[in-house]
Amino acid sequence: MQEMILIIIAAVFVNNIVLTQFLGCCPFLGVSKKLSSAIGMGAAVTFVLTLASVITYLVQIFILEQYEIVYLQTIAFILVIAALVQFVEMVIKKYSPDLYKALGVYLPLITTNCAVLGVAIINIQKSYGFLQTMVNGFANGLSFTVALILFAGIRERLEDADVPKSMQGMPIALVTAALMSIAFLGFTGLL
Amino acid sequence: MSLWKEFSKGILRENPLFVLVLGTCPSLAITTSVENGIGMGVAFSGVLLGSNIVISALRKVIPDSIRIPSYIVIIATFVTMVEMLLHAYSPSLFESLGVFIPLIVVNCIILGRAEAFANKNGVMPSIMDALGMGVGFTLALVIISTFREVLGAGTFLGYPVMDSAQSAIIMILPPGGFITLGCILAFLNKMKDVKAARKTTLNQPVAQQQLSSN
Repeated sequence: MQEMILIIIAAVFVNNIVLTQFLGCCPFLGVSKKLSSAIGMGAAVTFVLTLASVITYLVQIFILEQYEIVYLQTIAFILVIAALVQFVEMVIKKYSPDLYKALGVYLPLITTNCAVLGVAIINIQKSYGFLQTMVNGFANGLSFTVALILFAGIRERLEDADVPKSMQGMPIALVTAALMSIAFLGFTGLL
Repeated sequence: MSLWKEFSKGILRENPLFVLVLGTCPSLAITTSVENGIGMGVAFSGVLLGSNIVISALRKVIPDSIRIPSYIVIIATFVTMVEMLLHAYSPSLFESLGVFIPLIVVNCIILGRAEAFANKNGVMPSIMDALGMGVGFTLALVIISTFREVLGAGTFLGYPVMDSAQSAIIMILPPGGFITLGCILAFLNKMKDVKAARKTTLNQPVAQQQLSSN
């Protein structure tokens, strides 16, 4: 139990997936203009990330290692993730139209979110067990959500600020992310 | 002549990182040293070149409805090849780039070029496009990593250029990546504004003079 809590704290604060590992920067910078869309995107990523971690782990153990074709890892994982995202989209659309309305737009974007593939590969590299993989996937999704929601909150306020003309848009967003990243560096000594 | 245009557009006018702001994940994460920047740029260009050639050659064979999965498989194949080559011939670079080599698969630039260019054009223009985009991305990585390595570690390609005791370590830590890219984009915006302003003053000197005399 304690180990699981450590994994979650490490993923959310100490090694925040966006702000210290730079995984998932594209959606982080792209979908963070509004708080509501940030929450939707965060939830969708957490959901897919948890599921993808589990399934890629099973693929690695029961297919790739079984038949000694570990060198196909990249191809296998990206296909599994792409198929999974499509599948999740269809299931949600069929059984929960409300949830689909909230998450639908963000799901296709997740296939090319490097956070999902990145976490799947890191799980294998760190040779986590089944439960650890699941917890780590969920924790990293949470970590993405926390960073995204904090960032969107700041960016909404930033709309009213008097930013120099050449800094408007992407540059000021990046500098804001840098300041947040410095804040998260403060957690380094936590574990 | 038009082939040259396909090549040159990727370097300045449509630079994938500075103008289109695509592929930010690897470009922020691995630009802690110029060596890593060059290595990543070359690996990326190799994958893009391979995938652009194959996709443009197969563009009439691949059915439209399953083109995205097909592109992903083609790209992933080339990524695996580059990964194995790096592992065999440059283990230290392989170590320092780490998880970001397999992550070239999900680099939006490559899928973007496949969708926007290789799927509509022949092999020759696609090669030039891939080379241009590759050089543009590599240049962008080298620029970012130069700032970060010189300011953060006081070295350039491993050679000391500054007193390392005075270096700002924050530049090679994660925040440095965000700051550097933000400042470069702001600088480019400023240049664009200055250029546009100069153009309007050249075109309407009379109107400008009237404004200033008023």
